[in-house]
Amino acid sequence: MSRRYSAWALLRHGITGEAWPPAWRAPELKPSYSAVIVGGGVHGLATAYYLAANHGVTDIAVVDKGYIGGGGSGRNTAIIRSNYLTPEGVRFYHRSLRLYERLAAELNFNLMFSQRGHLTLAHSDTSLRTMRQRAEVNKLCGVESEVIAPEEISRLVPCLDTSDAVRHPILGALYHPPGGIVRHDAVVWGYARAADALGVHIHQDTEVTGIDVARGRVTGVRTNRGPISTPVVVNCTAGWSTLVAGMAGVRIPVQTFPLQAAVTEPVQPFLDPVVVSGTLHVYVSQTDRGELVFGGSVDPFASYSTRGSLEFAEGLAAHVLQLMPSLAPMRLLRQWAGLCDMTPDFAPVMGRTDVAGFFVDVGWGTYGFKAGPVAGEAMAECVATERTPELIAPFTVDRFAEGRLVGEKGAAAVGH
Amino acid sequence: MLLLPCPWCGPRNVSEFGYSGEVVTRPDPRSVTLTQWRAYLYLRDNRADWASERWFHRMGCRRYFTVRRHRLNHEVHPTPDDGAAPKGQP
Repeated sequence: MSRRYSAWALLRHGITGEAWPPAWRAPELKPSYSAVIVGGGVHGLATAYYLAANHGVTDIAVVDKGYIGGGGSGRNTAIIRSNYLTPEGVRFYHRSLRLYERLAAELNFNLMFSQRGHLTLAHSDTSLRTMRQRAEVNKLCGVESEVIAPEEISRLVPCLDTSDAVRHPILGALYHPPGGIVRHDAVVWGYARAADALGVHIHQDTEVTGIDVARGRVTGVRTNRGPISTPVVVNCTAGWSTLVAGMAGVRIPVQTFPLQAAVTEPVQPFLDPVVVSGTLHVYVSQTDRGELVFGGSVDPFASYSTRGSLEFAEGLAAHVLQLMPSLAPMRLLRQWAGLCDMTPDFAPVMGRTDVAGFFVDVGWGTYGFKAGPVAGEAMAECVATERTPELIAPFTVDRFAEGRLVGEKGAAAVGH
Repeated sequence: MLLLPCPWCGPRNVSEFGYSGEVVTRPDPRSVTLTQWRAYLYLRDNRADWASERWFHRMGCRRYFTVRRHRLNHEVHPTPDDGAAPKGQP
């Protein structure tokens, strides 16, 4: 169906003017599927793709109440990294980064993947100590990561104010060369196109309104386009995950908080690595178009609203200018919010639940995008084999009842 | 902008307040099971419509109070304030 993208195909289409085939189909909704994945974002589509590619399960429907990539997958700041704090977290994101490295070739889709390096600034002795701990944990797990001094930070990012005449002087930074950015929409579209080519059905504008459970097993889902009978439902709905889980009678410890981001007008390239400051609650990167993308910490109260607030824009501008005073004349183009599914220990909730056939891949909070490929791969294995892969065993939902929390808060990009 | 009705100071901008979450009832620590206690600690309704919430007038009179807030459109209704905190709430 979807023909291969290549320089040759581009030339041929350029000369003949022939229309490109759609990247994915819009199939009829069948009355039954082997598996239904709720949520057509990076996680849902990656799960569908790996189920089809690695496990030969192709009778899958991915349903989304809006358009694919319209939720967190299209609203994040597209940063990828693996310099986490706990060995569980580091191993997990290391695998994700490895998958991202070869994803464009595997999916035959340009993801504009750019490993430009990632700097987490330390403004206090305490955070410098955490950086050292993270660097050591990272190195033990085989992840390139080191603490660097202000002189080297200055060399990497000349526009940073590294003087000590500021409220929060920069004492050092955790430098993570494999980190970078990747075009988030392209990741969604690449997975959608590759999954579609393997036979997966993608149903947009299809909202799940109920999940049928009989004798402790999932039997089907009800949608605004009619019922689907299925033995497997995977919940990949991030901010809306408690509502979807609630339809199956499953409670998950997630609260929904908006996370706001903003983008400036485009300028010539001047900022190479991604710069993060936990103390100042901000992260900055420059896109290939030249826009600066800013993100902050989650809003201070729970909400399902995706409107921006003036408080955020004010705070963001103040913090960015403390780091990079030369940005003062730049103008913000737009701001937006995405919904984060926050868990008590800032680690995800993955795997099987008490309802047989009902799987969750939620609780990703503020860092779901960078985990998309590995989460999809692990969830596909979990669904296909009905066993919990070792990689995600620390993240099962029963950890809360058993009191074995993971505790990734210290490695979240910015404070919460 | 979201205005919250402080029972003492009147409507004020949300940036003056601290959010302390959904109103939940604390089980009796003497008779509670571990599962119930952890459900109380970690599980919330997280509804996408009306929720009862505790707020704290951090930059004002420093009083705790309860409001009903719509989680999608941020419409806010005050609740009758008798000054007493729900069980297990500040």
